[in-house]
Amino acid sequence: MIELNVAINNKYYPNSQQAVLAQLDFTVKPGEFVAIIGPSGCGKSTLLNMISGLEDCSGQHISYNERASQKYGANDSGVNNQSHQLGYIFQQPRLMPWLTVKENIELVLSPSQYHKIDGLLAQVGLDNKGGYFPSQLSGGMQRRVSIARAFAINPQLLLLDEPFNSLDAPTAARLRQLLLDLCIQRGTTVVFVTHDLSEAIYLADRIIFMSHSPSTIVHQAIVDLPKPRKESGVAELKWQAQLLVKYPHLLAGRID
Amino acid sequence: MILPKHLVSFLLVRVGIVVALSALWQSMAWLIASPDFPSLYSVIKSVQFHFNEGDMVNNILITLRRVLLSFIIAMLLGGIIGIMMGVNSLFNKLTDSLLIIMLNIPALVTILLCYIWFGLVEAAAIAAVAINKIPTVVVMIREGTRTVDKDLLAVAKIYKLSATKTFFSVFLPQLYPFIIAAARSGLSLIWKIVLVVELLGRSDGVGFALNTLFQFFDIAGILAYTFAFVMIILLIEILFFKPFDKLVARGACGD
Repeated sequence: MIELNVAINNKYYPNSQQAVLAQLDFTVKPGEFVAIIGPSGCGKSTLLNMISGLEDCSGQHISYNERASQKYGANDSGVNNQSHQLGYIFQQPRLMPWLTVKENIELVLSPSQYHKIDGLLAQVGLDNKGGYFPSQLSGGMQRRVSIARAFAINPQLLLLDEPFNSLDAPTAARLRQLLLDLCIQRGTTVVFVTHDLSEAIYLADRIIFMSHSPSTIVHQAIVDLPKPRKESGVAELKWQAQLLVKYPHLLAGRID
Repeated sequence: MILPKHLVSFLLVRVGIVVALSALWQSMAWLIASPDFPSLYSVIKSVQFHFNEGDMVNNILITLRRVLLSFIIAMLLGGIIGIMMGVNSLFNKLTDSLLIIMLNIPALVTILLCYIWFGLVEAAAIAAVAINKIPTVVVMIREGTRTVDKDLLAVAKIYKLSATKTFFSVFLPQLYPFIIAAARSGLSLIWKIVLVVELLGRSDGVGFALNTLFQFFDIAGILAYTFAFVMIILLIEILFFKPFDKLVARGACGD
């Protein structure tokens, strides 16, 4: 299991005078599921890209500690440490269209690990779809392949960027449950970006709320509801209502 | 045996067009009745004659060898330079003007300069053809490289794919349509230029043979060589490009 430490101070886009992220300091504990909610354009995806090393992080501090507190992270791109510890599920499934489902997962594995694929596909309910191309699958199935690909490398840290957007409600619900099952089973540390508060309440141990850009953390809430939770259950809806009564503009990135 | 419907219609169209064109040619030849316009029959007889008694096989093999060598050199060098220009904007800025100049230098000038500078040798002939083709390959591959999906490259980076795996499994497949377009247009351009190169400075090959036939005003012979060479190019298309087409279409909708 892995712990993530993030300390970002004034992150600018290249050739821009305006900071996109002003001040973000948080830690994600080993095995914790943290959801990040913020208004559009507040830099949620930028934050994930910085954590993953896709975005330049020079001058910022992003590091990982393993549970035994062995430190490998650095101040730069942050992911050049242990092999295969980071999984990323993007807004779009981002599968290689010229590779079959099985080949897409093989791509991220070494040949000695190929035996895992069939079991993994069965776990995500695609056990007879290994030979299909992504274009032959529905949107929900493609997301499942991208989940299987992420879990194939047994990630210690999993980043998700609004992965269930634009899916119909029952499919999204099934995939949320699948994600939760896999994360609990493997003890994965998760950072999940979403704009859907009820989704965050259903999944997360803690929710971080971000302000408009240049972003700061405006509020953090521990979701102290027992698990397993229900999608739009009474307790979940009550928890959400209480939060929004206390902070009516929270989803707009304000706590006034 | 009953053939599938789509195969029947395919054969009808393809064979039908060839038969119709042949019939048109033969009837035009009868109508015009001039030695400058030989009939299809006399061209086929000429093919048979040059094939059995002339140097046609040898000349075609020599030309094909030159086409193949120039093609491989042009595709490899053009591909590498095109990818470098597409990926690296500084390299693109530095070489863009040179590319435009190379694109617009007439083929004949390159051929003559190569023969003057390197002599009337095989290497000069092949270099002249390759130099003519490289700029067009560069342009196509550069444009292809610019369309490469950065989101998919991000996947490769996240999952720490090796540079080789990223290149061959993520980057290159996105360039296949551009590579095949460059190869198709390349082959047709290259064999045309090879004939000019042979006509100007070689003593064998189809270009040299055509020049000899021209001196004898043997129009049926000229058409016979054209006919034979076109057949070979069609064979190359069926044997090499069609399978590559399938590779390009892999995973496309409805596959």
